[in-house]
Amino acid sequence: MAPNDSAETNGGTNGGTRGPAAGRRKAARYIVPVAVAGVAAATIGLVPALASSGDPDLPKISAQKLIEKIAASDTEQLSGMVKISTDLGIPSLGGLAESFAPGGAGGKGGSSADPQERMTELASGTHTLRVAADGPDKQRVSILDDTSEYSLIHNGDQVWAYDSKSDQAYHATEDRAGKDAGRDAGRDAGKKSGHPVPEGVPTTPKALAEQVLKAAGPTTSVTVDGTAQVAGRDAYKLVVKPKQSGSTIGSVTIAVDAANGVPLKFTMLPSSGGKAIVDAGFTKVDFSKPDASSFTFTPPKGTEVTEADDAKAEHKAGKGLGDLIPGADAAQLGAGGKGAGNTKIIGEGWSTIAEITTPGGTGIPSKASGDVPAEAQQFLDALGDKVTGKFGSGTVFKTRVVNALMTDDGKVYVGAVTKDALVKAANSAS
Amino acid sequence: MSQAEAAVAGAGRATSPLWTFGILRSELTTMLRRWRTLALLGVLAAVPVLIGIAVRIETGDGSSPGPGGGGGGPAFLSQVTNNGLFLVFAALAVTLPVFLPMAVGVVAGDSVAGEANAGTLRYLLVAPAGRTRLLLTKYASVLLFCLVATLVVALSALVVGLLLFPAGEVTTISGTRIGFGEGLLRAGLIAVVVAASLTGFAAIGLFVSTLTGSGIAAMAATVGLLITVQIVDGIPQLSAMHPYLFPHYWMSYADLLRAPVYWDEVVKNLGLQGLYAAVFGSAAWARFTTKDITD
Repeated sequence: MAPNDSAETNGGTNGGTRGPAAGRRKAARYIVPVAVAGVAAATIGLVPALASSGDPDLPKISAQKLIEKIAASDTEQLSGMVKISTDLGIPSLGGLAESFAPGGAGGKGGSSADPQERMTELASGTHTLRVAADGPDKQRVSILDDTSEYSLIHNGDQVWAYDSKSDQAYHATEDRAGKDAGRDAGRDAGKKSGHPVPEGVPTTPKALAEQVLKAAGPTTSVTVDGTAQVAGRDAYKLVVKPKQSGSTIGSVTIAVDAANGVPLKFTMLPSSGGKAIVDAGFTKVDFSKPDASSFTFTPPKGTEVTEADDAKAEHKAGKGLGDLIPGADAAQLGAGGKGAGNTKIIGEGWSTIAEITTPGGTGIPSKASGDVPAEAQQFLDALGDKVTGKFGSGTVFKTRVVNALMTDDGKVYVGAVTKDALVKAANSAS
Repeated sequence: MSQAEAAVAGAGRATSPLWTFGILRSELTTMLRRWRTLALLGVLAAVPVLIGIAVRIETGDGSSPGPGGGGGGPAFLSQVTNNGLFLVFAALAVTLPVFLPMAVGVVAGDSVAGEANAGTLRYLLVAPAGRTRLLLTKYASVLLFCLVATLVVALSALVVGLLLFPAGEVTTISGTRIGFGEGLLRAGLIAVVVAASLTGFAAIGLFVSTLTGSGIAAMAATVGLLITVQIVDGIPQLSAMHPYLFPHYWMSYADLLRAPVYWDEVVKNLGLQGLYAAVFGSAAWARFTTKDITD
């Protein structure tokens, strides 16, 4: 065939006189690239659809049994990949955190390897995590960035964090780490470790599930809703819903491994509909013993190491933000503002509202106070919605989970509830 | 060269594999002997030298590289001071978005159109190789150039890195340690993966090259296309189409430095490059085998 080609077209100068058959043969060759592209497009479109078809057939189980199964789960060894997507409706928490806590997430001042700072990153956007656990003493979480990785390693009484981007490390020992960095790593995987009440950011479906189930009380309905396949494993879907109205959280779905009761996927949907607020699940999971070398860390020569003692003083400011993170149950949400004034808790369960009275007696600067430039006032108005009611007037600041009402007389109502619920609470309180 | 010609004469009209090897070899020597190609490779080799010296001067007094305690700038830069091997990864991270593909774009864009421009294409076609085989040879030589260009960057970086910075055990970006030998092995693997990342773009360049009779136009179009796609890849609002853009997974070679290695994106990258090579390679074939060559 090949020699003929050249023979055929080398008489190209009078190519125009060739018959229509040759032209058709020419056009026919272009079918090849088009076909290749078409097959590829079809494969990309169809394969996920085929792969996800069919939920597994599993024996029926009651919600109570399933919760017991999660609690009784004694899986201590696992490793896998977790994908976590968070959409709190806050434009960019990274920038926000930095402005709240100077020298924080940006890594400009303090160590960029500080766990408290880095874990708040997870509160916005999509991240890929690699987790590994071997019993209560050895855990590891890594945030996989494009060309760098942030690892948090807990081994015995040592807690190390290493940020490969800036080549900085963070070190803490267990006695204080139990309260500091260790709680992040400690709760992340494996079974219930002896760590105190979780604060900060839960990163695995298991940690998230525990938070929600802890909050579940008489105000919550818990049901089992079918089965699903997560990371190639058969799982039951546990659906947790608030019974009360007014909560911004519509429902929480937890996929629980049918074989060993490990939560594999956690999805929190807003009551207003739309994209999930938090969607965290294993994309790959393996319940065999992870390689021991993943839990050892020695800082490379020349790496800047920050000890927990030094870091602590610098980063207190970042704390309030950590409590705004998803999965923190409603009662905890108020805690962020504790330092600011007197806090009163209104309601219970999912529609808990924290009422905070600021000591100064003035909330956000209002037009009446007269000492705010017009531009700043406009900016504040743009951020929130003006509301009025029996309580007077105020501004509502909204995210997809937490809403806050600041009244002009200096009270702040915060909760994972809708705007209307906040106004109602403010009205009845005044 | 002369041996190959002798082999051709001896083999006559029968097309032996040796003959194909002959045109590939003559293709390669022509390509690599061009001043343009040598200048491109020279620029690529200079990049790691520049980075190495800059980092060395900056950290000569024991301070950390970059302003504000590192974290900024190109990937892997902050680790270079601890281990010279990281200069290989840093240099590849710097050259991969623009320099390397630009060099490949110039060579690929010129491959067919340049011959047509110089009027040598029809002489090539007089030889009994056939157009399909000629095109395959052209593509093979462009692919070899991808590998050569990547290796030039990697080797230059390795030499500079080992001269200016300490060597020894390598800390992976996951924080675990591997021996220097294994580190070298991973660097070699990364160079091959980076070269393979360019195969899709090389096929696009070859296709563009068959569309026009002007070498300059083909080069400009290929490099322009690269820049356009890079810009599209950087716009977050267009994230839906990002996974299908050829440069999207280029930086995934960094995953080879994790412990354990995270293969998912590397495999995606190679699959995507294969797809681009198949689509644009066959489009180039369809165009080239039906084209009227008049000059």
